[in-house]
Amino acid sequence: MNWSKYSAPLSFYPLAGNMIPWFSALAALAMAVGLYIGLLVAPTDATQHDSYRIIFVHVPAAWMSMFLYVVMAIWAGIGMGLKARLSFMMAQAIAPTGAMFTFIALVTGCMWGKPTWGTYWVWDARLTSELILLFQYAGVMLLRTSIDDLRRADRASGVLALVGVVNIPIIYFSVQWWNTLHQGASVSMTAAPKMAAIMLTAMLLMTFGFWMYSIAVVLSRVRCVILERESQPAWGDPSSVPEVAEAR
Amino acid sequence: MYWGSVGEFLEMGGYGLYVWTSFIITALGLTWEVVALWRRRTAAIADSRGIVRSIE
Repeated sequence: MNWSKYSAPLSFYPLAGNMIPWFSALAALAMAVGLYIGLLVAPTDATQHDSYRIIFVHVPAAWMSMFLYVVMAIWAGIGMGLKARLSFMMAQAIAPTGAMFTFIALVTGCMWGKPTWGTYWVWDARLTSELILLFQYAGVMLLRTSIDDLRRADRASGVLALVGVVNIPIIYFSVQWWNTLHQGASVSMTAAPKMAAIMLTAMLLMTFGFWMYSIAVVLSRVRCVILERESQPAWGDPSSVPEVAEAR
Repeated sequence: MYWGSVGEFLEMGGYGLYVWTSFIITALGLTWEVVALWRRRTAAIADSRGIVRSIE
Protein backbone atom coordinates (compact mmCIF):
# COMPACT_ATOMS: atom_id res chain seq x y z
CA MET A 1 0.00 0.00 0.00
CA ASN A 2 1.36 3.37 -0.99
CA TRP A 3 0.91 5.46 2.16
CA SER A 4 2.19 8.72 0.71
CA LYS A 5 -0.61 8.63 -1.84
CA TYR A 6 -3.20 8.73 0.95
CA SER A 7 -1.60 11.70 2.68
CA ALA A 8 -3.14 13.83 -0.07
CA PRO A 9 -6.54 14.93 1.30
CA LEU A 10 -8.48 14.23 -1.88
CA SER A 11 -7.05 10.69 -2.10
CA PHE A 12 -7.81 10.05 1.55
CA TYR A 13 -11.42 11.18 1.13
CA PRO A 14 -12.78 7.99 -0.51
CA LEU A 15 -10.56 5.76 1.65
CA ALA A 16 -12.04 7.35 4.79
CA GLY A 17 -15.52 6.90 3.33
CA ASN A 18 -14.91 3.17 2.89
CA MET A 19 -13.77 2.76 6.50
CA ILE A 20 -16.66 4.59 8.19
CA PRO A 21 -19.30 1.79 7.92
CA TRP A 22 -16.93 -0.79 9.47
CA PHE A 23 -16.06 1.36 12.47
CA SER A 24 -19.73 2.35 12.89
CA ALA A 25 -20.80 -1.30 12.90
CA LEU A 26 -18.11 -2.22 15.47
CA ALA A 27 -19.17 0.73 17.62
CA ALA A 28 -22.85 -0.21 17.53
CA LEU A 29 -22.13 -3.86 18.30
CA ALA A 30 -19.75 -3.16 21.20
CA MET A 31 -22.08 -0.57 22.74
CA ALA A 32 -25.14 -2.83 22.40
CA VAL A 33 -23.42 -5.77 24.12
CA GLY A 34 -21.78 -3.45 26.67
CA LEU A 35 -25.11 -1.85 27.60
CA TYR A 36 -26.80 -5.26 27.77
CA ILE A 37 -24.19 -6.63 30.17
CA GLY A 38 -23.82 -3.39 32.14
CA LEU A 39 -27.50 -2.59 32.63
CA LEU A 40 -29.19 -5.99 32.52
CA VAL A 41 -26.72 -8.74 33.50
CA ALA A 42 -24.21 -7.23 35.93
CA PRO A 43 -25.25 -7.41 39.60
CA THR A 44 -25.46 -4.40 41.88
CA ASP A 45 -22.41 -3.03 43.69
CA ALA A 46 -21.93 -3.77 47.41
CA THR A 47 -21.04 -0.20 48.43
CA GLN A 48 -22.43 2.11 45.73
CA HIS A 49 -25.48 0.00 44.87
CA ASP A 50 -26.97 0.69 41.43
CA SER A 51 -25.54 4.21 41.15
CA TYR A 52 -22.26 2.51 40.17
CA ARG A 53 -23.79 1.70 36.75
CA ILE A 54 -22.94 5.26 35.70
CA ILE A 55 -19.39 3.90 35.41
CA PHE A 56 -20.33 2.27 32.09
CA VAL A 57 -20.61 5.68 30.40
CA HIS A 58 -18.56 7.87 32.74
CA VAL A 59 -15.20 6.08 32.64
CA PRO A 60 -15.21 5.30 28.89
CA ALA A 61 -16.12 8.95 28.15
CA ALA A 62 -13.40 10.23 30.50
CA TRP A 63 -10.79 7.90 28.96
CA MET A 64 -11.77 9.01 25.45
CA SER A 65 -11.62 12.68 26.47
CA MET A 66 -7.94 12.26 27.44
CA PHE A 67 -7.01 9.81 24.68
CA LEU A 68 -8.52 11.96 21.92
CA TYR A 69 -6.68 15.02 23.21
CA VAL A 70 -3.34 13.21 22.95
CA VAL A 71 -4.18 11.90 19.46
CA MET A 72 -5.24 15.42 18.39
CA ALA A 73 -1.93 16.85 19.68
CA ILE A 74 0.06 14.10 17.91
CA TRP A 75 -1.65 14.89 14.58
CA ALA A 76 -0.97 18.59 15.14
CA GLY A 77 2.68 17.77 15.88
CA ILE A 78 3.00 15.63 12.75
CA GLY A 79 1.37 18.43 10.79
CA MET A 80 3.92 20.94 12.00
CA GLY A 81 6.89 18.59 11.57
CA LEU A 82 6.02 17.36 8.09
CA LYS A 83 3.95 20.35 6.92
CA ALA A 84 1.20 17.84 6.12
CA ARG A 85 -2.21 19.40 5.52
CA LEU A 86 -4.12 16.19 6.16
CA SER A 87 -2.57 15.88 9.65
CA PHE A 88 -3.88 19.31 10.61
CA MET A 89 -7.28 18.37 9.19
CA MET A 90 -7.26 15.25 11.41
CA ALA A 91 -6.43 17.39 14.44
CA GLN A 92 -9.28 19.75 13.52
CA ALA A 93 -11.69 16.82 13.10
CA ILE A 94 -10.87 15.26 16.47
CA ALA A 95 -11.41 18.35 18.66
CA PRO A 96 -15.26 18.48 18.71
CA THR A 97 -15.57 14.75 19.52
CA GLY A 98 -13.01 15.09 22.30
CA ALA A 99 -14.84 18.09 23.69
CA MET A 100 -18.13 16.20 23.62
CA PHE A 101 -16.68 13.24 25.54
CA THR A 102 -15.17 15.67 28.08
CA PHE A 103 -18.60 17.23 28.54
CA ILE A 104 -20.23 13.79 28.94
CA ALA A 105 -17.56 12.75 31.46
CA LEU A 106 -18.20 15.91 33.49
CA VAL A 107 -22.01 15.70 33.43
CA THR A 108 -22.17 11.97 34.20
CA GLY A 109 -19.63 12.65 36.94
CA CYS A 110 -22.01 15.21 38.47
CA MET A 111 -24.79 12.62 38.26
CA TRP A 112 -22.58 10.15 40.10
CA GLY A 113 -21.29 12.65 42.64
CA LYS A 114 -24.72 13.65 43.94
CA PRO A 115 -25.78 10.20 45.26
CA THR A 116 -22.29 9.11 46.39
CA TRP A 117 -20.75 12.36 47.73
CA GLY A 118 -23.90 14.42 48.33
CA THR A 119 -22.84 17.12 45.88
CA TYR A 120 -22.84 17.54 42.11
CA TRP A 121 -19.55 19.38 42.05
CA VAL A 122 -16.47 19.89 44.15
CA TRP A 123 -13.27 21.71 43.21
CA ASP A 124 -10.94 18.79 43.74
CA ALA A 125 -7.92 18.14 41.50
CA ARG A 126 -9.58 15.51 39.28
CA LEU A 127 -12.75 17.46 38.53
CA THR A 128 -10.97 20.77 38.11
CA SER A 129 -8.32 19.43 35.74
CA GLU A 130 -11.00 17.67 33.64
CA LEU A 131 -12.96 20.94 33.44
CA ILE A 132 -9.75 22.66 32.29
CA LEU A 133 -9.52 20.00 29.56
CA LEU A 134 -12.95 21.11 28.29
CA PHE A 135 -11.69 24.72 28.15
CA GLN A 136 -8.56 23.51 26.34
CA TYR A 137 -10.65 21.84 23.63
CA ALA A 138 -12.74 25.01 23.35
CA GLY A 139 -9.57 27.12 23.16
CA VAL A 140 -8.06 24.98 20.40
CA MET A 141 -11.28 25.19 18.37
CA LEU A 142 -11.85 28.91 18.96
CA LEU A 143 -8.25 29.82 18.14
CA ARG A 144 -8.58 28.02 14.81
CA THR A 145 -11.78 29.80 13.84
CA SER A 146 -10.44 33.19 14.96
CA ILE A 147 -7.56 33.16 12.43
CA ASP A 148 -8.51 33.58 8.78
CA ASP A 149 -5.28 32.32 7.22
CA LEU A 150 -5.67 28.51 7.33
CA ARG A 151 -1.95 27.77 7.61
CA ARG A 152 -1.52 30.15 10.53
CA ALA A 153 -4.71 28.86 12.15
CA ASP A 154 -3.43 25.28 11.87
CA ARG A 155 -0.08 26.11 13.41
CA ALA A 156 -1.43 28.31 16.21
CA SER A 157 -4.07 25.82 17.34
CA GLY A 158 -1.51 23.01 16.91
CA VAL A 159 0.93 24.72 19.27
CA LEU A 160 -1.85 25.30 21.79
CA ALA A 161 -2.92 21.64 21.54
CA LEU A 162 0.68 20.43 22.04
CA VAL A 163 1.35 22.68 25.03
CA GLY A 164 -1.92 21.54 26.62
CA VAL A 165 -0.85 17.88 26.64
CA VAL A 166 0.81 18.66 29.97
CA ASN A 167 -2.66 18.56 31.56
CA ILE A 168 -3.31 14.91 30.56
CA PRO A 169 -0.92 13.29 33.10
CA ILE A 170 -2.18 15.82 35.64
CA ILE A 171 -5.76 14.57 35.12
CA TYR A 172 -4.71 10.93 35.11
CA PHE A 173 -2.52 11.04 38.22
CA SER A 174 -4.50 13.70 40.10
CA VAL A 175 -6.17 11.05 42.26
CA GLN A 176 -2.71 9.86 43.40
CA TRP A 177 -0.91 13.19 43.66
CA TRP A 178 -3.57 14.99 45.62
CA ASN A 179 -6.14 14.05 48.21
CA THR A 180 -9.23 14.07 46.01
CA LEU A 181 -12.86 13.35 46.74
CA HIS A 182 -12.88 11.52 43.41
CA GLN A 183 -12.06 7.86 43.95
CA GLY A 184 -8.78 6.34 42.76
CA ALA A 185 -8.46 4.32 39.58
CA SER A 186 -10.31 0.99 39.55
CA VAL A 187 -8.43 -0.09 36.45
CA SER A 188 -4.81 0.80 35.79
CA MET A 189 -1.93 -0.43 33.67
CA THR A 190 0.19 -1.42 36.67
CA ALA A 191 -2.17 -3.32 38.97
CA ALA A 192 -4.90 -5.94 38.66
CA PRO A 193 -8.36 -4.36 38.17
CA LYS A 194 -10.26 -3.75 41.38
CA MET A 195 -13.56 -4.68 39.73
CA ALA A 196 -15.64 -7.80 39.24
CA ALA A 197 -14.93 -9.43 35.88
CA ILE A 198 -18.45 -8.92 34.53
CA MET A 199 -18.45 -5.21 35.38
CA LEU A 200 -14.99 -4.82 33.86
CA THR A 201 -16.15 -6.61 30.71
CA ALA A 202 -19.08 -4.21 30.25
CA MET A 203 -16.88 -1.18 30.88
CA LEU A 204 -14.20 -2.29 28.43
CA LEU A 205 -16.84 -3.07 25.79
CA MET A 206 -18.30 0.42 26.20
CA THR A 207 -14.80 1.89 25.96
CA PHE A 208 -14.13 -0.06 22.76
CA GLY A 209 -17.51 1.09 21.43
CA PHE A 210 -16.77 4.75 22.19
CA TRP A 211 -13.35 4.34 20.60
CA MET A 212 -14.74 2.88 17.38
CA TYR A 213 -17.50 5.53 17.39
CA SER A 214 -14.83 8.23 17.69
CA ILE A 215 -12.91 6.87 14.70
CA ALA A 216 -16.09 6.71 12.59
CA VAL A 217 -17.16 10.23 13.54
CA VAL A 218 -13.69 11.74 13.12
CA LEU A 219 -13.30 10.15 9.68
CA SER A 220 -16.69 11.51 8.73
CA ARG A 221 -15.77 14.98 9.99
CA VAL A 222 -12.38 14.99 8.29
CA ARG A 223 -14.22 14.33 5.01
CA CYS A 224 -16.32 17.44 5.66
CA VAL A 225 -13.17 19.42 6.47
CA ILE A 226 -11.47 18.21 3.27
CA LEU A 227 -14.48 19.28 1.19
CA GLU A 228 -14.78 22.63 2.96
CA ARG A 229 -11.10 23.43 2.48
CA GLU A 230 -10.66 22.11 -1.04
CA SER A 231 -13.73 23.95 -2.30
CA GLN A 232 -12.43 27.31 -1.09
CA PRO A 233 -11.37 29.44 -4.04
CA ALA A 234 -7.59 29.44 -4.36
CA TRP A 235 -5.58 32.65 -4.39
CA GLY A 236 -5.27 33.88 -7.92
CA ASP A 237 -8.44 32.12 -8.97
CA PRO A 238 -10.06 34.82 -11.15
CA SER A 239 -13.57 33.79 -10.08
CA SER A 240 -12.86 34.92 -6.51
CA VAL A 241 -11.71 38.42 -7.42
CA PRO A 242 -15.07 40.06 -8.29
CA GLU A 243 -16.57 38.87 -5.00
CA VAL A 244 -13.80 40.56 -3.03
CA ALA A 245 -14.12 43.73 -5.08
CA GLU A 246 -17.85 43.75 -4.50
CA ALA A 247 -17.48 43.33 -0.75
CA ARG A 248 -15.20 46.34 -0.43
CA MET B 1 -30.69 -11.25 33.88
CA TYR B 2 -30.25 -9.43 37.17
CA TRP B 3 -33.61 -7.65 37.45
CA GLY B 4 -36.90 -9.21 38.57
CA SER B 5 -39.22 -6.74 36.80
CA VAL B 6 -39.24 -3.76 34.47
CA GLY B 7 -40.17 -1.49 37.36
CA GLU B 8 -37.12 -2.59 39.34
CA PHE B 9 -34.96 -2.00 36.30
CA LEU B 10 -36.26 1.54 35.80
CA GLU B 11 -35.97 2.33 39.50
CA MET B 12 -32.29 1.28 39.64
CA GLY B 13 -32.49 0.66 43.37
CA GLY B 14 -33.57 4.25 43.96
CA TYR B 15 -30.82 5.75 41.81
CA GLY B 16 -32.91 5.81 38.62
CA LEU B 17 -32.83 9.61 38.26
CA TYR B 18 -29.02 9.76 38.28
CA VAL B 19 -28.37 6.59 36.29
CA TRP B 20 -30.90 7.35 33.56
CA THR B 21 -29.94 11.02 33.30
CA SER B 22 -26.34 9.90 32.71
CA PHE B 23 -27.23 7.37 30.03
CA ILE B 24 -29.72 9.68 28.31
CA ILE B 25 -27.27 12.61 28.20
CA THR B 26 -24.62 10.33 26.72
CA ALA B 27 -27.06 9.03 24.11
CA LEU B 28 -28.19 12.58 23.26
CA GLY B 29 -24.56 13.71 22.95
CA LEU B 30 -23.64 10.98 20.48
CA THR B 31 -26.90 11.36 18.51
CA TRP B 32 -26.52 15.14 18.34
CA GLU B 33 -22.97 14.78 17.03
CA VAL B 34 -24.03 12.35 14.30
CA VAL B 35 -26.96 14.57 13.22
CA ALA B 36 -24.78 17.71 13.23
CA LEU B 37 -22.17 15.91 11.13
CA TRP B 38 -24.78 14.70 8.67
CA ARG B 39 -25.98 18.27 8.19
CA ARG B 40 -22.44 19.60 7.88
CA ARG B 41 -21.75 16.94 5.25
CA THR B 42 -24.85 17.90 3.25
CA ALA B 43 -23.81 21.56 3.33
CA ALA B 44 -20.18 20.75 2.44
CA ILE B 45 -21.22 18.65 -0.56
CA ALA B 46 -23.60 21.39 -1.73
CA ASP B 47 -20.80 23.98 -1.56
CA SER B 48 -18.10 21.74 -2.99
CA ARG B 49 -18.63 22.74 -6.62
CA GLY B 50 -18.61 19.15 -7.86
CA ILE B 51 -15.42 18.02 -6.11
CA VAL B 52 -17.21 14.98 -4.67
CA ARG B 53 -18.23 13.71 -8.10
CA SER B 54 -14.66 13.96 -9.35
CA ILE B 55 -13.09 11.99 -6.48
CA GLU B 56 -15.67 9.31 -5.72
